[in-house]
Amino acid sequence: MRYKRPLKDKLASKFMLILTILSSLIVFLMAFGLYQRSRSILATKSLTELLFSTSWHPLKGEFGFFPFIMGTIWVTGVAVVIAIPLCLLTAIYLSEYAHRRIREWTKPLIDLLAGIPSVVYGVWGVLVIVPLIKNHIAPFFGRISTGYSVLAGGVVLAIMIFPIIIHVSVGVFSSVPYEVREASLALGATKWQTVKHVVMRKAMPGVIAAIVLGLSRAFGETMAVLMVAGNVAKVPSSVLDPAYPLPALIANNYGEMLSVPLYDSALLLASLVLLMVVLFFNIISRVVLTRVEKRVQ
Amino acid sequence: MELRTHISVQNLNVFYGNEQALKNITLDIPDKNITVIIGPSGCGKTTLLKSFNRLIDSIDGVKVSGKVLVDGENIFDPKVEVTRIRKKMGLLSQKPYPLPMSIYDNIAYGPRIHGIKDKKRLDEIVEHYLKESGLWNEIKDRLHSPASRLSVGQQQRLCLARGLAVEPEIILGDEPTSALDPKSSQRIEHRFLVLKKQYTIVIVTHILRQAKRLANYVVFLYLGELIEHGPAEDVFNNPKEEMTKEYIKGIIS
Repeated sequence: MRYKRPLKDKLASKFMLILTILSSLIVFLMAFGLYQRSRSILATKSLTELLFSTSWHPLKGEFGFFPFIMGTIWVTGVAVVIAIPLCLLTAIYLSEYAHRRIREWTKPLIDLLAGIPSVVYGVWGVLVIVPLIKNHIAPFFGRISTGYSVLAGGVVLAIMIFPIIIHVSVGVFSSVPYEVREASLALGATKWQTVKHVVMRKAMPGVIAAIVLGLSRAFGETMAVLMVAGNVAKVPSSVLDPAYPLPALIANNYGEMLSVPLYDSALLLASLVLLMVVLFFNIISRVVLTRVEKRVQ
Repeated sequence: MELRTHISVQNLNVFYGNEQALKNITLDIPDKNITVIIGPSGCGKTTLLKSFNRLIDSIDGVKVSGKVLVDGENIFDPKVEVTRIRKKMGLLSQKPYPLPMSIYDNIAYGPRIHGIKDKKRLDEIVEHYLKESGLWNEIKDRLHSPASRLSVGQQQRLCLARGLAVEPEIILGDEPTSALDPKSSQRIEHRFLVLKKQYTIVIVTHILRQAKRLANYVVFLYLGELIEHGPAEDVFNNPKEEMTKEYIKGIIS
Protein backbone atom coordinates (compact mmCIF):
# COMPACT_ATOMS: atom_id res chain seq x y z
CA MET A 1 0.00 0.00 0.00
CA ARG A 2 2.66 2.42 1.08
CA TYR A 3 4.60 2.07 -2.15
CA LYS A 4 1.58 2.47 -4.35
CA ARG A 5 0.83 6.00 -3.31
CA PRO A 6 3.96 7.67 -4.69
CA LEU A 7 3.51 5.67 -7.88
CA LYS A 8 -0.08 6.85 -8.27
CA ASP A 9 1.03 10.36 -7.65
CA LYS A 10 3.67 10.11 -10.33
CA LEU A 11 1.27 8.61 -12.83
CA ALA A 12 -1.32 11.29 -12.19
CA SER A 13 1.20 14.05 -12.70
CA LYS A 14 2.48 12.46 -15.92
CA PHE A 15 -1.07 12.08 -17.19
CA MET A 16 -1.82 15.73 -16.50
CA LEU A 17 1.40 16.75 -18.18
CA ILE A 18 0.39 14.89 -21.33
CA LEU A 19 -3.04 16.54 -21.28
CA THR A 20 -1.45 19.95 -20.91
CA ILE A 21 0.94 19.37 -23.77
CA LEU A 22 -1.89 18.08 -25.96
CA SER A 23 -4.11 21.06 -25.36
CA SER A 24 -1.33 23.50 -26.02
CA LEU A 25 -0.51 21.66 -29.23
CA ILE A 26 -4.08 21.74 -30.51
CA VAL A 27 -3.59 25.04 -32.31
CA PHE A 28 -0.66 23.63 -34.26
CA LEU A 29 -2.44 20.37 -34.96
CA MET A 30 -5.45 22.26 -36.29
CA ALA A 31 -3.34 24.53 -38.47
CA PHE A 32 -1.49 21.52 -39.82
CA GLY A 33 -4.71 19.63 -40.48
CA LEU A 34 -6.24 22.57 -42.30
CA TYR A 35 -3.13 22.96 -44.37
CA GLN A 36 -3.15 19.28 -45.33
CA ARG A 37 -6.76 19.44 -46.43
CA SER A 38 -6.40 22.68 -48.37
CA ARG A 39 -3.40 21.47 -50.34
CA SER A 40 -5.53 20.05 -53.14
CA ILE A 41 -6.94 23.47 -54.03
CA LEU A 42 -3.54 25.13 -53.66
CA ALA A 43 -2.22 22.59 -56.18
CA THR A 44 -4.61 23.77 -58.88
CA LYS A 45 -4.64 27.53 -58.20
CA SER A 46 -2.21 30.05 -56.81
CA LEU A 47 -2.88 31.55 -53.39
CA THR A 48 -2.94 35.11 -54.73
CA GLU A 49 -5.53 34.15 -57.32
CA LEU A 50 -7.71 32.59 -54.65
CA LEU A 51 -7.36 35.56 -52.32
CA PHE A 52 -7.89 38.33 -54.88
CA SER A 53 -10.36 36.89 -57.39
CA THR A 54 -13.91 38.18 -57.01
CA SER A 55 -15.51 35.33 -58.84
CA TRP A 56 -17.18 32.80 -56.54
CA HIS A 57 -18.76 30.06 -58.60
CA PRO A 58 -18.00 26.73 -56.96
CA LEU A 59 -19.90 24.79 -59.58
CA LYS A 60 -17.66 26.22 -62.28
CA GLY A 61 -14.66 25.59 -60.09
CA GLU A 62 -14.06 29.30 -59.37
CA PHE A 63 -13.22 30.02 -55.78
CA GLY A 64 -12.41 33.72 -55.39
CA PHE A 65 -12.35 34.69 -51.72
CA PHE A 66 -12.06 38.40 -52.31
CA PRO A 67 -15.74 39.27 -51.62
CA PHE A 68 -15.59 37.38 -48.34
CA ILE A 69 -12.30 38.89 -47.29
CA MET A 70 -13.68 42.34 -48.05
CA GLY A 71 -16.89 41.45 -46.23
CA THR A 72 -14.87 40.53 -43.15
CA ILE A 73 -12.79 43.70 -43.39
CA TRP A 74 -15.85 45.92 -43.83
CA VAL A 75 -17.80 44.46 -40.94
CA THR A 76 -14.79 44.37 -38.64
CA GLY A 77 -13.79 47.88 -39.67
CA VAL A 78 -17.23 49.29 -38.88
CA ALA A 79 -17.23 47.46 -35.55
CA VAL A 80 -13.85 48.87 -34.57
CA VAL A 81 -14.73 52.40 -35.66
CA ILE A 82 -17.84 52.27 -33.48
CA ALA A 83 -16.12 50.51 -30.58
CA ILE A 84 -12.90 52.54 -30.24
CA PRO A 85 -14.31 55.90 -29.10
CA LEU A 86 -17.03 54.37 -26.93
CA CYS A 87 -14.68 51.90 -25.26
CA LEU A 88 -11.93 54.43 -24.68
CA LEU A 89 -14.26 56.94 -23.09
CA THR A 90 -15.78 54.23 -20.90
CA ALA A 91 -12.37 52.94 -19.89
CA ILE A 92 -11.14 56.46 -19.13
CA TYR A 93 -14.23 57.16 -17.06
CA LEU A 94 -13.90 53.92 -15.13
CA SER A 95 -10.22 54.26 -14.37
CA GLU A 96 -9.88 58.03 -13.92
CA TYR A 97 -13.19 59.55 -12.91
CA ALA A 98 -15.55 56.95 -11.49
CA HIS A 99 -16.09 56.71 -7.80
CA ARG A 100 -14.99 53.37 -6.44
CA ARG A 101 -18.58 52.27 -5.87
CA ILE A 102 -19.62 53.00 -9.46
CA ARG A 103 -16.59 51.12 -10.71
CA GLU A 104 -17.37 48.12 -8.53
CA TRP A 105 -20.89 47.96 -9.96
CA THR A 106 -20.38 48.70 -13.64
CA LYS A 107 -17.18 46.83 -14.39
CA PRO A 108 -18.59 43.38 -13.68
CA LEU A 109 -21.69 44.28 -15.70
CA ILE A 110 -19.53 45.19 -18.69
CA ASP A 111 -17.47 42.02 -18.25
CA LEU A 112 -20.75 40.12 -18.22
CA LEU A 113 -21.33 41.19 -21.84
CA ALA A 114 -18.48 38.88 -22.77
CA GLY A 115 -20.37 35.90 -21.44
CA ILE A 116 -23.54 36.34 -23.50
CA PRO A 117 -23.79 33.62 -26.18
CA SER A 118 -23.20 35.06 -29.60
CA VAL A 119 -26.45 33.65 -30.95
CA VAL A 120 -28.29 35.89 -28.48
CA TYR A 121 -26.48 38.89 -29.93
CA GLY A 122 -27.53 37.64 -33.36
CA VAL A 123 -31.20 37.41 -32.40
CA TRP A 124 -31.04 40.84 -30.82
CA GLY A 125 -29.46 42.18 -34.00
CA VAL A 126 -32.21 40.68 -36.17
CA LEU A 127 -34.96 42.00 -33.92
CA VAL A 128 -33.58 45.47 -33.17
CA ILE A 129 -30.71 46.58 -35.36
CA VAL A 130 -31.87 45.19 -38.71
CA PRO A 131 -35.33 46.85 -38.58
CA LEU A 132 -33.76 50.06 -37.27
CA ILE A 133 -31.50 50.20 -40.33
CA LYS A 134 -34.26 49.18 -42.73
CA ASN A 135 -36.90 51.59 -41.45
CA HIS A 136 -34.91 54.56 -40.21
CA ILE A 137 -31.23 54.73 -41.02
CA ALA A 138 -31.34 53.71 -44.71
CA PRO A 139 -34.37 55.94 -45.56
CA PHE A 140 -32.68 58.83 -43.76
CA PHE A 141 -29.86 58.63 -46.30
CA GLY A 142 -32.35 58.10 -49.15
CA ARG A 143 -31.38 54.47 -49.61
CA ILE A 144 -33.26 51.22 -49.69
CA SER A 145 -31.83 48.44 -47.60
CA THR A 146 -33.17 45.20 -46.21
CA GLY A 147 -31.36 46.08 -43.03
CA TYR A 148 -29.19 42.98 -43.31
CA SER A 149 -25.98 44.83 -43.93
CA VAL A 150 -22.39 45.65 -43.07
CA LEU A 151 -23.71 48.22 -40.61
CA ALA A 152 -25.90 45.71 -38.77
CA GLY A 153 -22.98 43.27 -38.51
CA GLY A 154 -20.68 46.09 -37.40
CA VAL A 155 -23.01 47.31 -34.67
CA VAL A 156 -23.56 43.84 -33.24
CA LEU A 157 -19.85 43.03 -33.42
CA ALA A 158 -18.93 46.34 -31.80
CA ILE A 159 -21.03 45.50 -28.77
CA MET A 160 -19.51 42.04 -28.64
CA ILE A 161 -15.97 43.40 -28.49
CA PHE A 162 -16.78 46.15 -25.96
CA PRO A 163 -15.97 44.05 -22.90
CA ILE A 164 -12.56 42.94 -24.23
CA ILE A 165 -11.40 46.42 -25.17
CA ILE A 166 -12.81 48.05 -22.04
CA HIS A 167 -11.48 45.42 -19.67
CA VAL A 168 -7.96 45.42 -21.10
CA SER A 169 -7.84 49.24 -21.45
CA VAL A 170 -8.90 49.79 -17.83
CA GLY A 171 -6.08 47.48 -16.81
CA VAL A 172 -3.64 49.38 -18.97
CA PHE A 173 -4.74 52.76 -17.62
CA SER A 174 -4.40 51.62 -14.04
CA SER A 175 -0.87 50.46 -14.81
CA VAL A 176 0.13 54.11 -15.31
CA PRO A 177 1.68 55.19 -12.00
CA TYR A 178 -0.48 57.56 -9.98
CA GLU A 179 2.49 59.89 -9.44
CA VAL A 180 2.68 60.70 -13.16
CA ARG A 181 -0.86 62.01 -12.95
CA GLU A 182 0.11 63.90 -9.82
CA ALA A 183 3.02 65.49 -11.62
CA SER A 184 0.70 66.82 -14.30
CA LEU A 185 -2.00 67.93 -11.86
CA ALA A 186 0.58 69.69 -9.69
CA LEU A 187 1.48 71.86 -12.68
CA GLY A 188 -2.08 73.13 -12.76
CA ALA A 189 -3.36 70.85 -15.50
CA THR A 190 -7.00 69.84 -15.34
CA LYS A 191 -7.97 66.22 -15.02
CA TRP A 192 -8.92 65.99 -18.69
CA GLN A 193 -5.65 67.59 -19.81
CA THR A 194 -3.83 65.09 -17.63
CA VAL A 195 -5.74 62.18 -19.12
CA LYS A 196 -5.31 63.41 -22.68
CA HIS A 197 -1.65 64.38 -22.64
CA VAL A 198 -0.16 62.11 -20.02
CA VAL A 199 -2.22 59.03 -19.19
CA MET A 200 -3.29 58.36 -22.78
CA ARG A 201 0.20 58.82 -24.08
CA LYS A 202 1.72 56.54 -21.50
CA ALA A 203 -1.02 53.95 -22.05
CA MET A 204 -1.01 54.12 -25.85
CA PRO A 205 0.82 50.86 -26.66
CA GLY A 206 -1.43 48.94 -24.31
CA VAL A 207 -4.58 50.57 -25.64
CA ILE A 208 -3.59 49.67 -29.19
CA ALA A 209 -2.99 46.11 -28.05
CA ALA A 210 -6.45 46.09 -26.47
CA ILE A 211 -7.99 47.23 -29.74
CA VAL A 212 -6.07 44.62 -31.72
CA LEU A 213 -7.28 41.97 -29.31
CA GLY A 214 -10.84 43.14 -29.93
CA LEU A 215 -10.10 43.13 -33.65
CA SER A 216 -8.96 39.54 -33.65
CA ARG A 217 -12.11 38.53 -31.78
CA ALA A 218 -14.18 40.43 -34.35
CA PHE A 219 -12.45 38.74 -37.29
CA GLY A 220 -13.41 35.31 -36.16
CA GLU A 221 -16.88 35.99 -34.76
CA THR A 222 -19.31 33.89 -36.75
CA MET A 223 -22.81 33.34 -35.49
CA ALA A 224 -24.02 36.84 -34.70
CA VAL A 225 -22.58 38.32 -37.87
CA LEU A 226 -23.92 35.51 -40.02
CA MET A 227 -27.42 36.28 -38.73
CA VAL A 228 -27.43 39.99 -39.56
CA ALA A 229 -24.91 40.71 -42.32
CA GLY A 230 -27.02 39.50 -45.26
CA ASN A 231 -24.58 36.97 -46.72
CA VAL A 232 -24.36 38.04 -50.37
CA ALA A 233 -21.14 37.06 -52.10
CA LYS A 234 -20.34 40.50 -53.49
CA VAL A 235 -17.82 43.10 -52.41
CA PRO A 236 -19.87 45.67 -50.44
CA SER A 237 -19.65 49.25 -51.66
CA SER A 238 -21.29 50.93 -48.67
CA VAL A 239 -22.16 50.11 -45.08
CA LEU A 240 -25.79 49.62 -46.09
CA ASP A 241 -24.90 46.81 -48.52
CA PRO A 242 -24.96 43.23 -47.37
CA ALA A 243 -21.68 41.47 -46.72
CA TYR A 244 -20.59 37.85 -46.52
CA PRO A 245 -17.69 37.51 -44.08
CA LEU A 246 -15.38 34.49 -44.19
CA PRO A 247 -16.55 32.82 -40.98
CA ALA A 248 -20.16 33.00 -42.19
CA LEU A 249 -19.15 31.45 -45.51
CA ILE A 250 -17.49 28.55 -43.77
CA ALA A 251 -20.30 27.99 -41.27
CA ASN A 252 -23.05 28.21 -43.87
CA ASN A 253 -21.52 25.87 -46.42
CA TYR A 254 -19.24 23.39 -44.76
CA GLY A 255 -20.91 20.01 -44.76
CA GLU A 256 -23.58 21.06 -47.22
CA MET A 257 -22.18 21.04 -50.73
CA LEU A 258 -19.18 18.85 -50.34
CA SER A 259 -19.98 16.87 -53.47
CA VAL A 260 -18.76 19.85 -55.50
CA PRO A 261 -15.11 19.19 -56.33
CA LEU A 262 -12.58 21.24 -54.36
CA TYR A 263 -15.35 23.01 -52.40
CA ASP A 264 -14.30 21.32 -49.19
CA SER A 265 -10.67 22.17 -49.78
CA ALA A 266 -11.53 25.81 -50.53
CA LEU A 267 -13.48 26.23 -47.31
CA LEU A 268 -10.68 24.70 -45.27
CA LEU A 269 -8.22 27.05 -46.90
CA ALA A 270 -10.51 29.90 -45.86
CA SER A 271 -10.44 28.54 -42.31
CA LEU A 272 -6.67 28.36 -42.38
CA VAL A 273 -6.38 31.97 -43.57
CA LEU A 274 -8.78 33.08 -40.83
CA LEU A 275 -6.90 31.13 -38.18
CA MET A 276 -3.59 32.62 -39.24
CA VAL A 277 -4.86 36.21 -39.25
CA VAL A 278 -6.49 35.85 -35.83
CA LEU A 279 -3.42 34.15 -34.37
CA PHE A 280 -1.17 36.85 -35.75
CA PHE A 281 -3.20 39.66 -34.18
CA ASN A 282 -3.53 37.79 -30.91
CA ILE A 283 0.17 37.14 -30.57
CA ILE A 284 1.09 40.73 -31.35
CA SER A 285 -1.30 42.18 -28.80
CA ARG A 286 -0.29 39.70 -26.12
CA VAL A 287 3.37 40.52 -26.59
CA VAL A 288 2.64 44.24 -26.24
CA LEU A 289 0.47 43.70 -23.17
CA THR A 290 3.10 41.58 -21.47
CA ARG A 291 5.57 44.39 -22.01
CA VAL A 292 3.15 46.89 -20.51
CA GLU A 293 2.72 44.67 -17.48
CA LYS A 294 6.46 44.31 -17.05
CA ARG A 295 6.84 48.07 -17.03
CA VAL A 296 4.54 48.24 -14.02
CA GLN A 297 6.65 45.84 -11.98
CA MET B 1 13.92 87.68 12.85
CA GLU B 2 10.76 89.10 11.35
CA LEU B 3 9.15 86.78 8.82
CA ARG B 4 6.33 87.47 6.41
CA THR B 5 3.83 84.63 6.29
CA HIS B 6 3.22 82.94 2.94
CA ILE B 7 1.18 79.90 3.85
CA SER B 8 -0.97 79.99 6.94
CA VAL B 9 -2.45 76.74 8.21
CA GLN B 10 -5.37 77.15 10.58
CA ASN B 11 -6.93 74.26 12.52
CA LEU B 12 -6.29 71.82 9.72
CA ASN B 13 -7.71 68.31 10.20
CA VAL B 14 -7.38 65.60 7.60
CA PHE B 15 -9.12 62.24 7.80
CA TYR B 16 -8.59 59.20 5.60
CA GLY B 17 -11.84 57.36 6.20
CA ASN B 18 -11.95 57.03 9.99
CA GLU B 19 -8.28 57.55 10.49
CA GLN B 20 -7.12 61.03 11.38
CA ALA B 21 -3.88 61.86 9.59
CA LEU B 22 -3.53 65.47 10.74
CA LYS B 23 -4.81 66.74 14.07
CA ASN B 24 -5.70 70.38 14.36
CA ILE B 25 -2.57 71.85 12.83
CA THR B 26 -2.06 75.59 13.12
CA LEU B 27 1.13 77.05 11.75
CA ASP B 28 2.58 79.83 9.61
CA ILE B 29 5.12 79.14 6.89
CA PRO B 30 7.44 82.06 6.16
CA ASP B 31 7.91 83.63 2.75
CA LYS B 32 11.21 83.19 0.79
CA ASN B 33 12.73 80.74 3.23
CA ILE B 34 13.22 77.03 3.42
CA THR B 35 10.80 75.38 5.79
CA VAL B 36 11.57 71.77 6.58
CA ILE B 37 8.93 69.42 7.91
CA ILE B 38 10.51 66.63 9.95
CA GLY B 39 9.15 63.69 11.84
CA PRO B 40 9.10 59.91 11.72
CA SER B 41 7.42 58.17 8.79
CA GLY B 42 3.67 57.99 8.92
CA CYS B 43 3.43 61.17 10.97
CA GLY B 44 1.52 63.14 8.35
CA LYS B 45 4.39 65.08 6.74
CA THR B 46 3.41 64.21 3.21
CA THR B 47 -0.28 64.72 3.95
CA LEU B 48 0.46 68.22 5.20
CA LEU B 49 2.55 68.97 2.13
CA LYS B 50 -0.04 67.64 -0.29
CA SER B 51 -2.81 69.56 1.37
CA PHE B 52 -0.99 72.74 0.34
CA ASN B 53 -1.61 72.05 -3.35
CA ARG B 54 -4.75 70.03 -2.72
CA LEU B 55 -3.35 66.87 -4.24
CA ILE B 56 -5.00 65.08 -1.32
CA ASP B 57 -8.35 65.90 -2.99
CA SER B 58 -8.15 62.92 -5.28
CA ILE B 59 -7.61 60.33 -2.55
CA ASP B 60 -10.71 58.19 -1.97
CA GLY B 61 -12.53 58.96 1.27
CA VAL B 62 -10.48 61.98 2.33
CA LYS B 63 -12.10 64.63 4.54
CA VAL B 64 -10.58 68.00 5.29
CA SER B 65 -11.61 70.66 7.79
CA GLY B 66 -9.92 73.91 8.69
CA LYS B 67 -8.19 76.40 6.47
CA VAL B 68 -4.98 76.78 4.51
CA LEU B 69 -4.39 80.37 3.47
CA VAL B 70 -1.99 81.04 0.63
CA ASP B 71 -1.40 84.75 0.14
CA GLY B 72 -4.40 85.23 2.42
CA GLU B 73 -6.76 83.14 0.31
CA ASN B 74 -8.29 79.94 1.73
CA ILE B 75 -7.43 77.27 -0.82
CA PHE B 76 -10.10 74.89 0.49
CA ASP B 77 -12.84 77.42 -0.27
CA PRO B 78 -15.19 75.63 -2.72
CA LYS B 79 -15.17 78.67 -5.00
CA VAL B 80 -11.42 78.48 -5.50
CA GLU B 81 -10.19 77.13 -8.82
CA VAL B 82 -7.84 74.31 -7.89
CA THR B 83 -5.71 74.56 -11.04
CA ARG B 84 -4.86 78.17 -10.18
CA ILE B 85 -3.75 77.13 -6.68
CA ARG B 86 -1.59 74.34 -8.06
CA LYS B 87 0.01 76.63 -10.61
CA LYS B 88 1.35 78.64 -7.67
CA MET B 89 3.34 75.64 -6.47
CA GLY B 90 5.91 73.37 -8.00
CA LEU B 91 6.06 69.82 -6.66
CA LEU B 92 9.03 67.52 -6.38
CA SER B 93 8.06 63.99 -5.43
CA GLN B 94 10.12 61.25 -3.79
CA LYS B 95 11.01 59.66 -7.07
CA PRO B 96 11.21 61.73 -10.23
CA TYR B 97 8.30 61.05 -12.56
CA PRO B 98 9.06 62.55 -15.97
CA LEU B 99 6.04 62.88 -18.22
CA PRO B 100 6.06 60.40 -21.14
CA MET B 101 7.49 62.88 -23.63
CA SER B 102 10.75 64.60 -24.60
CA ILE B 103 12.88 66.69 -22.27
CA TYR B 104 11.74 69.82 -24.08
CA ASP B 105 8.07 68.89 -23.90
CA ASN B 106 8.35 68.09 -20.20
CA ILE B 107 9.34 71.68 -19.47
CA ALA B 108 6.98 73.17 -22.05
CA TYR B 109 4.04 71.09 -20.77
CA GLY B 110 3.04 73.48 -17.98
CA PRO B 111 3.41 76.72 -19.97
CA ARG B 112 1.49 75.16 -22.88
CA ILE B 113 -1.33 74.10 -20.56
CA HIS B 114 -1.51 77.66 -19.34
CA GLY B 115 -1.82 79.03 -22.83
CA ILE B 116 1.66 79.87 -24.15
CA LYS B 117 1.87 78.78 -27.79
CA ASP B 118 4.62 80.93 -29.24
CA LYS B 119 7.50 78.64 -30.22
CA LYS B 120 10.20 81.19 -29.53
CA ARG B 121 8.79 82.01 -26.12
CA LEU B 122 8.67 78.31 -25.25
CA ASP B 123 12.27 77.86 -26.38
CA GLU B 124 13.31 80.66 -24.05
CA ILE B 125 11.34 79.22 -21.15
CA VAL B 126 12.82 75.75 -21.63
CA GLU B 127 16.36 77.09 -21.76
CA HIS B 128 15.86 79.43 -18.83
CA TYR B 129 14.48 76.86 -16.42
CA LEU B 130 16.89 74.13 -17.44
CA LYS B 131 19.65 76.57 -16.55
CA GLU B 132 17.91 77.47 -13.33
CA SER B 133 17.80 73.83 -12.30
CA GLY B 134 21.41 73.28 -13.36
CA LEU B 135 20.68 70.80 -16.13
CA TRP B 136 21.17 72.84 -19.31
CA ASN B 137 24.83 72.11 -19.96
CA GLU B 138 24.38 68.37 -19.63
CA ILE B 139 21.46 68.02 -22.00
CA LYS B 140 21.29 71.01 -24.32
CA ASP B 141 22.20 68.83 -27.33
CA ARG B 142 19.42 66.32 -26.81
CA LEU B 143 16.40 68.35 -25.82
CA HIS B 144 14.14 66.26 -28.00
CA SER B 145 15.12 62.83 -26.74
CA PRO B 146 12.75 61.13 -24.28
CA ALA B 147 13.03 62.34 -20.71
CA SER B 148 12.99 58.77 -19.46
CA ARG B 149 16.53 58.29 -20.83
CA LEU B 150 18.03 60.71 -18.30
CA SER B 151 19.63 59.43 -15.11
CA VAL B 152 17.48 59.55 -11.99
CA GLY B 153 19.39 62.54 -10.66
CA GLN B 154 18.95 64.39 -13.92
CA GLN B 155 15.29 63.46 -14.00
CA GLN B 156 14.77 65.01 -10.58
CA ARG B 157 16.35 68.26 -11.75
CA LEU B 158 14.18 68.05 -14.86
CA CYS B 159 11.14 67.76 -12.61
CA LEU B 160 12.35 70.80 -10.71
CA ALA B 161 12.68 72.75 -13.96
CA ARG B 162 9.28 71.54 -15.06
CA GLY B 163 7.76 72.80 -11.83
CA LEU B 164 9.53 76.16 -12.06
CA ALA B 165 8.37 76.69 -15.64
CA VAL B 166 4.81 77.49 -14.55
CA GLU B 167 6.24 80.37 -12.48
CA PRO B 168 5.17 79.21 -9.04
CA GLU B 169 5.73 81.14 -5.82
CA ILE B 170 6.23 78.05 -3.75
CA ILE B 171 8.26 74.87 -4.21
CA LEU B 172 7.05 71.77 -2.40
CA GLY B 173 9.46 68.89 -2.00
CA ASP B 174 8.32 65.51 -0.70
CA GLU B 175 11.58 63.85 0.37
CA PRO B 176 12.96 65.05 -2.96
CA THR B 177 16.37 63.43 -2.60
CA SER B 178 15.37 60.06 -1.19
CA ALA B 179 15.81 58.25 -4.52
CA LEU B 180 19.04 60.03 -5.47
CA ASP B 181 22.71 59.26 -5.05
CA PRO B 182 24.73 61.54 -2.73
CA LYS B 183 26.12 63.65 -5.57
CA SER B 184 22.69 64.27 -7.11
CA SER B 185 21.20 64.97 -3.68
CA GLN B 186 23.87 67.55 -3.11
CA ARG B 187 23.04 69.21 -6.42
CA ILE B 188 19.35 69.40 -5.54
CA GLU B 189 20.12 70.79 -2.08
CA HIS B 190 22.38 73.38 -3.64
CA ARG B 191 19.56 74.38 -5.99
CA PHE B 192 17.23 74.88 -3.05
CA LEU B 193 19.71 77.19 -1.36
CA VAL B 194 19.93 79.28 -4.55
CA LEU B 195 16.22 79.24 -5.22
CA LYS B 196 15.11 80.31 -1.75
CA LYS B 197 15.92 83.91 -2.67
CA GLN B 198 12.96 83.89 -5.07
CA TYR B 199 10.70 81.15 -3.80
CA THR B 200 9.13 79.91 -0.62
CA ILE B 201 10.33 76.36 -0.24
CA VAL B 202 8.70 73.65 1.86
CA ILE B 203 10.47 70.31 2.11
CA VAL B 204 9.51 67.11 3.82
CA THR B 205 12.46 65.01 4.89
CA HIS B 206 13.32 62.27 7.32
CA ILE B 207 17.03 62.96 6.98
CA LEU B 208 17.90 65.05 9.99
CA ARG B 209 21.24 66.18 8.65
CA GLN B 210 19.61 67.39 5.46
CA ALA B 211 17.10 69.32 7.54
CA LYS B 212 19.94 70.97 9.44
CA ARG B 213 21.75 71.89 6.22
CA LEU B 214 18.73 73.46 4.58
CA ALA B 215 16.21 74.67 7.10
CA ASN B 216 15.53 78.24 8.07
CA TYR B 217 12.36 77.17 9.74
CA VAL B 218 11.47 73.76 11.14
CA VAL B 219 8.16 72.00 11.71
CA PHE B 220 8.16 68.82 13.78
CA LEU B 221 5.19 66.49 13.42
CA TYR B 222 4.53 63.34 15.41
CA LEU B 223 1.58 61.02 14.73
CA GLY B 224 -0.41 63.74 13.02
CA GLU B 225 0.19 66.31 15.72
CA LEU B 226 2.26 69.45 15.50
CA ILE B 227 4.76 69.13 18.33
CA GLU B 228 6.96 72.10 17.74
CA HIS B 229 7.80 74.68 15.10
CA GLY B 230 10.09 77.68 14.92
CA PRO B 231 13.30 79.06 13.43
CA ALA B 232 15.83 76.33 12.74
CA GLU B 233 18.43 77.47 15.27
CA ASP B 234 15.88 77.47 18.06
CA VAL B 235 14.39 74.06 17.28
CA PHE B 236 17.70 72.31 16.68
CA ASN B 237 19.73 73.91 19.46
CA ASN B 238 17.09 74.65 22.01
CA PRO B 239 14.05 72.44 21.54
CA LYS B 240 11.27 73.28 23.95
CA GLU B 241 9.49 69.96 23.85
CA GLU B 242 10.85 66.76 25.26
CA MET B 243 9.76 64.82 22.18
CA THR B 244 11.60 67.12 19.79
CA LYS B 245 14.75 66.67 21.88
CA GLU B 246 14.44 62.93 21.66
CA TYR B 247 13.81 62.98 17.92
CA ILE B 248 16.79 65.21 17.26
CA LYS B 249 19.01 63.00 19.40
CA GLY B 250 17.73 60.02 17.45
CA ILE B 251 15.99 58.35 20.37
CA ILE B 252 12.64 58.21 18.59
CA SER B 253 12.45 57.75 14.88
